[in-house]
Amino acid sequence: MADTPQAIEVNCETGVVTTRDLTADEIAAQAVAAQAAADQKAAAEAEAAKVAADKAAAQAKLAALGLTADEIAALSK
Amino acid sequence: MTKGPTLIASNTVGSGTPTNITFSSIPQTYTDLLVKVSLRGTQTPNHYLGWHMDINSSTSNFTNLYLQGGGSGTPGSGSSAQYMGAIPGGGGTANTFSNSEIYIPNYTSSNYKSFSVDSTGEGNETLAFANFIAGLWSNTAAITSLTIYPDYNSGVGIAQYSTFTLYGISNS
Repeated sequence: MADTPQAIEVNCETGVVTTRDLTADEIAAQAVAAQAAADQKAAAEAEAAKVAADKAAAQAKLAALGLTADEIAALSK
Repeated sequence: MTKGPTLIASNTVGSGTPTNITFSSIPQTYTDLLVKVSLRGTQTPNHYLGWHMDINSSTSNFTNLYLQGGGSGTPGSGSSAQYMGAIPGGGGTANTFSNSEIYIPNYTSSNYKSFSVDSTGEGNETLAFANFIAGLWSNTAAITSLTIYPDYNSGVGIAQYSTFTLYGISNS
């Protein structure tokens, strides 16, 4: 790809498609949006990991009480 | 009775890996807009990337509420301005693209602009994302342009063969 980030513009009125270099403001704005998305994704993954860990801990405690694997599985059906 | 969707414009990305695509000079002759997006980002090693939309080149006054499912994990929800869902990244399953749709009713009105998004990552992996998003752009201007882009970082962008199609829908 080109050294300078580029953008495609589709003019809906004329049908003309042009490719141009991004402005500095556009590059900065996209970096901000990317960081926001990365933060949101990290939060979602942390939440999923916590839920998985809590589930495994709960199953271990139930097994320690004497429940069989089938009985533990039945609790979540 | 509605008429349409009527094709306004479409573009399939070539070999240049652009960072965004804009539909400009959108005609003001329809009632609603519908955008179909098949999108993949190039950033590696990411399996998934977020994607975003600017309206009239604006990146402010957006409120997006998302409901997101990811693999076998518990679905999540929250608010993230301009977040439109997750697409395959450069580290994702080869040759897979997102499947997404944006619906924007009353895009020429003088009220704030609401929109809805459904978006799936489509990766053949343990972790894959599906999103439903309720969005609001708190601006009264008629919509004349839409810009779509994946997470931007260090010059990576939109993968070849990503496709964007804009339709208009009329209520009479």
